[in-house]
Amino acid sequence: MTTTSTPEPGKKVNRIGLEMQPYRGGKTTLCAGCGHNAISERIIEAFFEMGVNPKDVIKLSGIGCSSKSPAYFLGGSHGLNSVHGRMPSVATGALLANRKLLAIGVSGDGDTGAIGIGQFVHLMRRNLPLIYIIEDNGCYGLTKGQFSPTADLGSVLKNGVVNDLPPIDTCSLAIELGASFVARSFSGDKKQLLSILKASMSHRGTCMIDVISPCVTFNDHEGSTKSYAYVKDHEEPVGDINFVPFFEDISVEYEPGTTTEVKMHDGSRLFLKKLAEDYDPTDKGAALRLLRETTHRNEYATGIFYIEPTKYDFTTLLNLVDEPLSTLPLERIRPGREVLDAVMDSLR
Amino acid sequence: MAPTDAAAAETPAASTRRIVNDFSIQVATVNGSGSQTANLVLLRSIFQMGIPVSGKNLFPSNIAGLPTWYTIRANASGYVSRKKEIDFLVAMNPETAKQDVMSLQPGSAVLYDEPLKLNALRDDLIFYPVPFDKIVAEVCKDAKLRRLVKNTIYDGVLAKLLDVELGEMEEALRRQLGKKLKAVELNVGALKAGFDFAEKNLVKQDPYSVERMDKTAGKILIEGNAAAALGCMMAGVTVVAWYPITPSSSLPETLIGYMKKYRMDKASGKATFAIVQAEDEIAAIGMVIGAGWAGARSMTSTSGPGISLMAEFAGLAYYAELPGVIFDIQRVGPSTGLPTRTAQGDILSVATLSHGDTKHIMLLPATVEECYTMAMDAFDLSERFQTLVFVMSDLDLGMNTWMSATFQYPDKPLDRGKLLDQATLTRINNDWGRYVDVDGDGITYRTIPGDGMPAAFTRGSGHNARGQYSERPDDYVNNLDRLARKFETARTFVPAPVVDDAPGSRIGVIAYGTSHFAVEESRDQLQTEAGLPTAYLRLRAYPFGEEVAAFVKRFERVYVVEQNRDAQMLTLLRLDLDPALSARLRSVRHYNGLPIDARSITDEVLAQEGAAIAVT
Repeated sequence: MTTTSTPEPGKKVNRIGLEMQPYRGGKTTLCAGCGHNAISERIIEAFFEMGVNPKDVIKLSGIGCSSKSPAYFLGGSHGLNSVHGRMPSVATGALLANRKLLAIGVSGDGDTGAIGIGQFVHLMRRNLPLIYIIEDNGCYGLTKGQFSPTADLGSVLKNGVVNDLPPIDTCSLAIELGASFVARSFSGDKKQLLSILKASMSHRGTCMIDVISPCVTFNDHEGSTKSYAYVKDHEEPVGDINFVPFFEDISVEYEPGTTTEVKMHDGSRLFLKKLAEDYDPTDKGAALRLLRETTHRNEYATGIFYIEPTKYDFTTLLNLVDEPLSTLPLERIRPGREVLDAVMDSLR
Repeated sequence: MAPTDAAAAETPAASTRRIVNDFSIQVATVNGSGSQTANLVLLRSIFQMGIPVSGKNLFPSNIAGLPTWYTIRANASGYVSRKKEIDFLVAMNPETAKQDVMSLQPGSAVLYDEPLKLNALRDDLIFYPVPFDKIVAEVCKDAKLRRLVKNTIYDGVLAKLLDVELGEMEEALRRQLGKKLKAVELNVGALKAGFDFAEKNLVKQDPYSVERMDKTAGKILIEGNAAAALGCMMAGVTVVAWYPITPSSSLPETLIGYMKKYRMDKASGKATFAIVQAEDEIAAIGMVIGAGWAGARSMTSTSGPGISLMAEFAGLAYYAELPGVIFDIQRVGPSTGLPTRTAQGDILSVATLSHGDTKHIMLLPATVEECYTMAMDAFDLSERFQTLVFVMSDLDLGMNTWMSATFQYPDKPLDRGKLLDQATLTRINNDWGRYVDVDGDGITYRTIPGDGMPAAFTRGSGHNARGQYSERPDDYVNNLDRLARKFETARTFVPAPVVDDAPGSRIGVIAYGTSHFAVEESRDQLQTEAGLPTAYLRLRAYPFGEEVAAFVKRFERVYVVEQNRDAQMLTLLRLDLDPALSARLRSVRHYNGLPIDARSITDEVLAQEGAAIAVT
């Protein structure tokens, strides 16, 4: 990739010569201290450091606090803030139109788990090449703090209301349904989140990343299981993540049997050090077991739970031509006169 | 043989009157019994003899076991709308046979399965009993296959009774069954057995027959949905998302067939298109809009219930200005309604689909040829106006078989609309805003992801001319007013109405879509039977062109003919016309689920004319 802009001397540029500016977005209008802002920061860093041109990126979202955030990162990218719970279908259409684009979708726990659960389910099944981030705070912030379907059983609202339904575990669901990259992180864990985001950019297929992102205004109190304090106390990383992008030639040494090395679609390498005993991130059953057991212990397992780097993504499955469908010239999308004649003859 | 004697004895004296190339046949069967092949063979063989025909399938929302009727109309003058009266009934369904017979006009003919003993029901009809089980047992040794060839026997009987050439029937059968040689052989046998039976045992007593003409030379037979699918392929559609629903499904399914055959990339063998069966209609339109936003020519096809589900996304497309083409193959609502019956019942809901102030462009095809051409128009208009375009077909047009002139190869390049390019960017001094009305026509310049032009953030929330989030009253009003201006511009771009003036007429008729054929026939009836000349304007799009007001201005009364209860198009016209002009509008409505027929229109116009004349 190249760029035509000439960086000012002394300004920090990335490997494709771009400054930070096109990676930044508008000024956030979310609450000070909102976990979502920290996630936007990591997205900006990840795209800058990976050297992806914002012009080649699209960002999509549904409705809610989370879904406002694409306006606050990657100002140089096209964005579409769509309707509540239906971003997956919009992203699907956009990526079919132009499979060359790198797509990042931002949703919330209500946008995904409630109104959008239907489209979420089918997105996972299709393994669309989309980085799908749930900014997960267990509540509806924009409508002043109602519970969402990821709120934990027994979690308490500010006004004393107790959640009496079990949560939907979006990570287990995504693994079951066919997503090929499934992770959970915490907006307060800068290093881990950045590594997961970078790794997701090297993967071709649906990357479902659930990021616990406390709502400082409505769900950060005692009794909440999505508060900063609670998540810090209960976060249980499944292992260190060491992501080596394709453009860095670094040798990584590890004790045999301690680390799983995953070759990514673009040649990058992912080293997942096992903290949990015998954990294999390419084993669906193991990933589901881990999630079930940690949830049972009231822990938030974080890290990359499951990865299947060679699974066909949706655009490959559809056998699309290499070029974007959106810009195919007339002669490739309108059959010739002889075709119409043949069809007419068959109808006489 | 006994049946002949019985038939001869119990029917009225044979008429010497001959009615050539002007009658309707209704075949009543049980759905799932494989009668479709026999019906299409009958239709096609009459067509091959040069006589204008139309075929309408009246089928249940069911897979097997419920009654179904197939109506064929042959008419030398080319009237192809549904004929209200049935002239010739083929009664194969024991469940409905009695009722089918009782509803016939005196003098009609009934070909029936002998054990049903229908001849006992009435003495003012002509009866032809046929022992189908006996005949089929002779021509088809394999008992399991008998069900499939039984219906071909009535084709053979009708060939004899109506003078349909057996050779044409055989050819039609071969076309229908293609390379299935064993099936062809078996069915040709059944055809001849039916013919031979009629020759030996039945005395012709009804007046109906066909005679070879030359009115179908060069013509094709096609369903509207297939014609629309062809139009979409020729329009260069690249992304299709759909969800199964009657009567729409055959459009995307036919399209899949065409695209796999004709739109695979020659060099790579890969697809120049993506077709996705979505999880529901909401996802289907979401994909269409996402693809349109990213620069593809995208479409979906649905019917009423799907339209209702698409409402929210339709508002996003209107307000954020995103292209996409939606085919609405209308069926009877509300709710599940009558899924397999036809209506023009979505006009009002589509015109303003979604909450808030919205207006959508609608195209109104009346013929299979327009299904084809308007598919192409729809993609051009959608990209030109950066908004959804709805093509309002219906079950009658979409799923029934229509005669048509062959379709013309498109002679225009694609209109991709106002895409920002370097030249335009220079012209506007590099000062581009997504919703800035540079040209004063309400249509702004857009950029698409990956085109290298400035990026835009598109949103369904309030935005200013630069596409930035805004809740300012003036930004909102400016934007809404520009959208209204854009809609005004569309008036001159959409297909213009077709006007047929009649000298000396004091009344006019406005219709659209499939009401067209019944209106044409009704106008002839009004002229010949009541000496009432009528002028006719056929709407082809919404927003309406200036021609509509000019037309209404010329007549004392204008009858708006449509297939819904609430006079939906008339309501839209009222919103558009001066009050003085809209007071001239009268309504003729038909909404029982059957395709509209000329007689119903004629009767209603004459009734209202009588009242109007009595008042003045």
